[in-house]
Amino acid sequence: MTDHASLAESFNKDEPRVDWHDATLWHVREKRDKAAAAVPEWERLRELASQIKEYTLSDLDRLLIQFERNAQANGIVVHWAANAQEHNEIVLRLIRGNSITRIVKSKSMLTEECGLNEFLAENGIGVTDTDLGEYIVQLRQEPPSHIVLPAIHLKREDVSDTFHAHLNTEKGNNDPSYLTATARTVLRDRFIRSELAITGINFAVAETGAFVVCTNEGNADMGAHSARLHIACMGIEKVIPRTEDLGVFLRLLARSATGQPITTYSSHFQKPRAGQQMHLVIVDNGRTRQLAQPDFRSALKCIRCAACFNTCPVYRRSGGHSYHSTIAGPIGAILNPNIDMRKNADLPFASTLCGSCSNVCPVKIDIHTQLWKWRQVLAAEGALPSGKRRAMKGMAFIFSSPRLYRMTGKIGRAIMRVLPFLVANRTWNPWYRQRELPQPPSQSFNSWWRSHRK
Amino acid sequence: MKIGLFIPCYIDQLYPQVAIATLELLERLDCKVGYPPEQTCCGQPMANSGFASLGQGCNRNFVRNFSGFDYIVAPSGSCVLHIREHLDDDNKEEAAYIRDHIFEISEFLVDILKIDKLDAVFAHKVGLHISCHGQRGLHTSSMSELMEAPFSKPERLLGMVKDLELVRPSRADECCGFGGTFCVFEEAVSVKMGKDRIKEHESNGVEYITSPDTSCLMHLEGILRRKKSNIRVKHLTEILNARQ
Amino acid sequence: MNARDKILASIAAGKTALRPLPDLPVTPESDKDLLAAEFIRVLGSIGATAITANGLTLIREDLQRTRQGSAYIVNTIPDIGTVNAEVHAGTGADLLEKVEKAYIRGTIGVAENGAVWLTEAGMVNRLLPFICQHLVIVVDREDLVADMHEAYRSLPATGDGYGVFIAGPSRTADIEQSLVTGAHGARSVLVYLVTPEKHF
Repeated sequence: MTDHASLAESFNKDEPRVDWHDATLWHVREKRDKAAAAVPEWERLRELASQIKEYTLSDLDRLLIQFERNAQANGIVVHWAANAQEHNEIVLRLIRGNSITRIVKSKSMLTEECGLNEFLAENGIGVTDTDLGEYIVQLRQEPPSHIVLPAIHLKREDVSDTFHAHLNTEKGNNDPSYLTATARTVLRDRFIRSELAITGINFAVAETGAFVVCTNEGNADMGAHSARLHIACMGIEKVIPRTEDLGVFLRLLARSATGQPITTYSSHFQKPRAGQQMHLVIVDNGRTRQLAQPDFRSALKCIRCAACFNTCPVYRRSGGHSYHSTIAGPIGAILNPNIDMRKNADLPFASTLCGSCSNVCPVKIDIHTQLWKWRQVLAAEGALPSGKRRAMKGMAFIFSSPRLYRMTGKIGRAIMRVLPFLVANRTWNPWYRQRELPQPPSQSFNSWWRSHRK
Repeated sequence: MKIGLFIPCYIDQLYPQVAIATLELLERLDCKVGYPPEQTCCGQPMANSGFASLGQGCNRNFVRNFSGFDYIVAPSGSCVLHIREHLDDDNKEEAAYIRDHIFEISEFLVDILKIDKLDAVFAHKVGLHISCHGQRGLHTSSMSELMEAPFSKPERLLGMVKDLELVRPSRADECCGFGGTFCVFEEAVSVKMGKDRIKEHESNGVEYITSPDTSCLMHLEGILRRKKSNIRVKHLTEILNARQ
Repeated sequence: MNARDKILASIAAGKTALRPLPDLPVTPESDKDLLAAEFIRVLGSIGATAITANGLTLIREDLQRTRQGSAYIVNTIPDIGTVNAEVHAGTGADLLEKVEKAYIRGTIGVAENGAVWLTEAGMVNRLLPFICQHLVIVVDREDLVADMHEAYRSLPATGDGYGVFIAGPSRTADIEQSLVTGAHGARSVLVYLVTPEKHF
C-alpha cells in the first residue's frame, strides 16, 4: 500500500522527527504571518492577485498569443508542448541539435512534473540540479518533498552524510555554512562550464514578452548567463497581462513562501544576450483539462509559494513524500487528481478540511472547497474503495429513517457497554488504536427528551 | 421566537449532557425551544466522504423536522456549516430558509440574542479549542492566517463566566485532527494532531479543554483518557450553563 | 493539429466568460527621508549593509582603497573611477569568476524590501552581479520608491534585454531552514545610498 494514509503512518513511526518536521515548517508559517502583518494592505493585495489571475484564466489564449508574439520579436524561440512527453522531446532535440553535454538546471516544478531528468537520463544525458535543496535530493536520488524547500524533510546530519559520500566533505561536520560553501564551490565549476541552462518561469508578461525568474541563491542567473543556450519552461498558466502586475505578485510571493519581503533575485529576461540562444517551452500537460472544469479551474491561479504546505497540519505531520506526487500539500491534493484520478484518489482525503490553506493562499484559491468537491467527483467516478461506498450507503440508509436510527443507536450503545471488546479492538477499529471510545450513556438525548419533556 | 434544537446524531447518542446543557442554556435565556424528535443526522459524514449524492434521505428528513422554526440552533459548528453550505431539497424554499437561519450556539448567542451577560460560574482553568468549521467556516472568530481585527464569539461568551480562567494555546487555531472520517482513515496523522493540541493545553496547566464543537472534544477526550490524563473536556454550553 | 493550435483551441473551449482586469493601486507620495530610513532598515534585516554617502567622494575612496589590494576588482561606474575595459557584455565566465568585488549602479531602490533594480547597461555584463564574490551597488537617494507598484511604474517601458531586482546577498536556508548567505551569487551586498553633494 502506498496511499497517503499508509505513507503518513510510516512517517509517524519516528515521533520526535515528526515533531521536528512540524516545528520547522510551522516556523516558516510564523515568518509568513509576520511578513504579511507588516503590509497593511495585505488582504487587498490578495484580492488583486486573485482578480488578475481570474482575468488571466478567462483570457488565457489571447494572452499566450500576445506573449508569444512579443517574445519572438525579442529574439526568443517559442515552443509549445501538449504534454510531458512533447516537452521532454523538445528539450532533448535542442540538446542533441546543439551537441550539448553540460547542463545545469535551476528549480522548475514543471520539469519535475514532466520527469525531465529521468527522461534525459534514459537518453544518456545528465543534468545537475543547482538549487541547493534540489542538489541535495538529487544526490540522494530522492524526489523533493516541498516545492520551495525541496530538502525540508532532511536534517543537517543527513545532508552531511550525503555530502561526505558524494563530495568528500569531513565526516560528521554538520555545519550548514560549511556544507553550503562546499556545494557553492562544486556547483560554481558546473555553472562556469555549462553549455545549457534550464530554468523555470515564475511569471511571463504578455505585454512585453519578458519572463521573470525568482531565486534566493542566484542559481538561475549563474546558469542562464554562463551557458550559450537557455531553455525556460513554463505551464500555460504562468502568463500575466502587464508588467505592473508583477508589483502585486512579487509583493506576495516571497512573503507567503518564506516570510522574506522579496526573493534575493527577481530576474527579468527579455532578450537573449549577444551570441546566446534563448528558448521557451509552453506546456499544457492537463492544464486545459483543469481549465475546463468550473469547480477546479481556479487551482490554476497557483503561484507555487507553498504557503498552503507550511500551514497544513496534515502536511507538517506526514511529510511531502506521503503525497507521492511532484506537488505535495493541499494544492497538490487538488492538482494531482486532474493528472491521474485513480492514482491520486487518496489525496483529497489527506485533509481535515480545516480551511487554513485557503486562508494563507496569496491568490485566494478555495483549496479546501476544491478538496471537498474532488471527493464528490472521485466517488461519482467510482475511484474510491468499494468498502467505503458500501459503508456510506449503509449510513445513509440508517439516517434516512428516524426509527432505524434510534434503534441502531440504542443497540450500538448497548454493545459498547455490554460487549465492549467488540468495538474496543485495535486491529479493526482504527479509532481505538490510540484513543479510548466515548463512554456510552444509558439514555440518548432523544429518549431523555421523550421521558422528561414530552 | 421559536427555536428548533438540532442535536447532531453523535451528540444525541454519546453526549446527551451537551444537548441538555444547550437546551437549558437557551431556556434560561427565555427562548422557546422545540426539539423535533424525528431528527437524525445532517448528512455530513457521507458528504465529506464524497457521497453527498447519498444525502437526499437526510436532507428530506432534516427539512421535514426543522420547517416552521424561526431559528435552528445546534451545539456543533461542523454540522451547522454542512447544513448552511449543502442542504438541498425538493422543498427549495424551506431548505433555503433553514440554510439561512441555522446557527451554531455561540454565534446565535452573540449575533442573534446579543447577550452581554450570563449568570454562569465555572471556577476552573480552561483551554479553548477553536473548532475549524466554526471558526473558518462560520467565521465565529478571527483567523490567524488573515490580517483581520481579532474577535472571538466563544471567547466573548467565556468572558461572561464568573471565576473562569481562560488560557489560549500559542497555536490558537490549529486543527485537532478529528476531521470526520479522517480520524479513522488517516488514523496516524489524526491522533498525532490531537496529541499535539493536548500537549499545548497540558503545558498551560488547564483543567478543562472546551470547544463549541463536540466532535473535536470526542477525539481529544479519547486521547486524554487513553493517556489517563486529568484534563477533562466540556462543551462550551456545559460551561455557559454551569452554576459552580 | 500542432501542439500550439491544440492548446489554444482547448483553452478557447474551456475558459470562462471574460473577467475584469483590476486597476492597480497608486502608492501615495512618500517622504524621501522616511523611505531612506526604511530602505536602510530592511537592507540590514536581509543581511546587506547600507551606507549613506554625501556625494561620490566616499565611494571613490572606497574603490581606490580596494584596488590597492591584489584581488580582482571590477568597476562599471565611470563617476567613481576608471572602468574595467576588459569587462563587456561578451566577457565569459572564466574571467568573471575571478572577480572579488564589483561596483555597479542601481537605478531604483525599493524601501519596502531593500531591492535595487540593475539594468543591463548598468551591470555591463549579465553575469557580473551574480558571479562576483562581493557586490557594491550605488543608488541615488532620489531614486528610492516606497514599494514594488511604484518601482514598476518607474521602470522605463522599453527595457533592456535583461534587468534584475537584487535584495541583499545570495542566500539559502535549504539545510534545516538554517540561513546561510553566499549560496551561489554574491556573498555580500553593500549599498551606497547617495545624496546629492552639498556645496557650501
